[in-house]
Amino acid sequence: MQSSFSIGDFSALSRKIRATTRAEVETALGGKTCTLDDLAALLSPAAEEFLPMMAARSRELTALRFGKTTQIFAPLYLSNFCINRCAYCGFAADNRIPRRKLTIDEARQEADILKKRGFDHVLLVTGEAPAKAGVDYLEEVVLCLRDQFAALSIEVQPMEEHEYARLFRAGVTAVAVYQETYDRTIYDQVHLAGKKMDYDYRLATPARAAAAGMREIGIGSLLGLADWRAEGLALGTHLSWLRKQFWQTNFTVSFPRLRPAAGAFEPLVQVSEKNLSQLMFALRIFDPDVGLILSTREEARFRDGMLGLAPTRYSAGSCTDPGGYSSDNHEGEQFSVGDHRTIDEVCQVIVNKGLDPVCKDWDREFQMH
Amino acid sequence: MLTIAETDFTSRLFVGTGKFSSAAVMERAITASESEMVTVALRRVDLENPDDDIMTHLDREKVRFLPNTSGARNAEEAIRLARLARAAAGTRWLKLEVTPDPRTLLPDPVDTLKATEQLVKEDFIVLPYMNADPILALRLQDAGAAAVMPLGAPIGTNMGIQTALQIAIIIEQARVPVVVDAGIGAPSHAARAMEMGADAVLVNTAIAVAGDPVRMATAFKQAVQGGRTAFEARLGTRSSSARASSPQRGQIGEPLDFIEE
Repeated sequence: MQSSFSIGDFSALSRKIRATTRAEVETALGGKTCTLDDLAALLSPAAEEFLPMMAARSRELTALRFGKTTQIFAPLYLSNFCINRCAYCGFAADNRIPRRKLTIDEARQEADILKKRGFDHVLLVTGEAPAKAGVDYLEEVVLCLRDQFAALSIEVQPMEEHEYARLFRAGVTAVAVYQETYDRTIYDQVHLAGKKMDYDYRLATPARAAAAGMREIGIGSLLGLADWRAEGLALGTHLSWLRKQFWQTNFTVSFPRLRPAAGAFEPLVQVSEKNLSQLMFALRIFDPDVGLILSTREEARFRDGMLGLAPTRYSAGSCTDPGGYSSDNHEGEQFSVGDHRTIDEVCQVIVNKGLDPVCKDWDREFQMH
Repeated sequence: MLTIAETDFTSRLFVGTGKFSSAAVMERAITASESEMVTVALRRVDLENPDDDIMTHLDREKVRFLPNTSGARNAEEAIRLARLARAAAGTRWLKLEVTPDPRTLLPDPVDTLKATEQLVKEDFIVLPYMNADPILALRLQDAGAAAVMPLGAPIGTNMGIQTALQIAIIIEQARVPVVVDAGIGAPSHAARAMEMGADAVLVNTAIAVAGDPVRMATAFKQAVQGGRTAFEARLGTRSSSARASSPQRGQIGEPLDFIEE
């Protein structure tokens, strides 16, 4: 049914965005609909002086579509084994960190802690090591945890459609798989070994997961690798293509900024908070229905300021190492977080902003097979 | 350029052949419209008869013949008519119409979907006439329809684009061309559909019953071209309040002082 997706020349996206005039930004901001050309305009340097207006439009659209709410979730790291060598990632195969894969009992212990803290949506995370933490293992974990939580999603190695279908039947609701960068040249430069070196296989993964019936697909770019403006346009292009192909699927977008991690990788480009906020406002104006995630990678001050403006989903109290919730030693973490507050503290700020922190927005009964 | 089922069309105006005062007027109106897609009700023509009045006035070198199943009350009847048309006229193209209510002639969504599924399996190029229901458009598209043909208003009413909100959603979502069909009563209606981003419009009654059908066909041709050009050129946005044509700087917005530069 689907043709395959490709992004074309990444540098052409950058050039297109940078050629934007002030008038084009005004057109994009004032329009009833927002095309990909408008998105390019909103991502441009020319749009920077309009940032407060973009924020206002973004807030309006976010409230219209999602109401005065912010969803809350937590990641649960199951394994940090990884066959890839990604220059920026703490889990990279050549990093000397303690490696661990949780047993089913250990996973349950971590889950119990998250449940007690009030989380009902949990994102299961692994490095990419199918031999250690493959479909069989993930299915076992999901079958064990699904009765406890309203929704389980996964951020693991890319899989085949039939594998996603199997995990969907087991109770997985959503799949997050980030391209990291849509710039093929940079992609090749930072993915040094492992299956992740295959740009095209990864690019086709969201469509495979959607075709398998997953209710929600998350895409994203890791900011700090290539031109963030062009990443934004590439994400918008990918998103609108996916929407055309899979009109029954929900979509989310993440914009993780590079954080300090084992391996001491320096970002290839700087992305400021101002840049990140422009990116989020632009994506919101482009697609009022898309879920936007702002994780604990960002600092509390910035996360608090952004509440209600564009993001719809926050993680809270995150540990990024397997077993991190039951231990004080976080040596094997993927990256160090920027917001160390507990779920209760984060929820209190959300309430103070006049928003409702939503912990349950799905029900496992939808997927009982 | 409009492409449906890998066939290119220069003109975005499709015309119908019913209700004309004579086949000769119909022929001149079609020529004036410069349309390349002409739909004919199978019940009105005798495809076995080489001297059929309507068919002999259609130049199939210049226009694509799009038989329609007008009159079919359910999927079964429509499928039967479609098979007959293909056998007799040698075309896979079909405008699918399933209209159980002879008063409003509104299309039956359930049987239209059923018939589309079956006819696609039989290798027809199916263009279903449908109510302006966005989900139905997506379901028909997924079933293999080559285009979707949502109505602007009930057929023959000349009421214009009454379903604008839903048509806009269909246009935004569809992977296949969207042809606004039925209800287009004036060139301005056609232009509006085209300005909204419709890929084409189908007009019959408004041309056939005009005082001068041939000149009206020309007017529709011009309106469709103008509307399409306006869509491609991107319309300015509407505003409820007056806006200076030379905007000033320093408009307000959200305070963003929490952001670290």
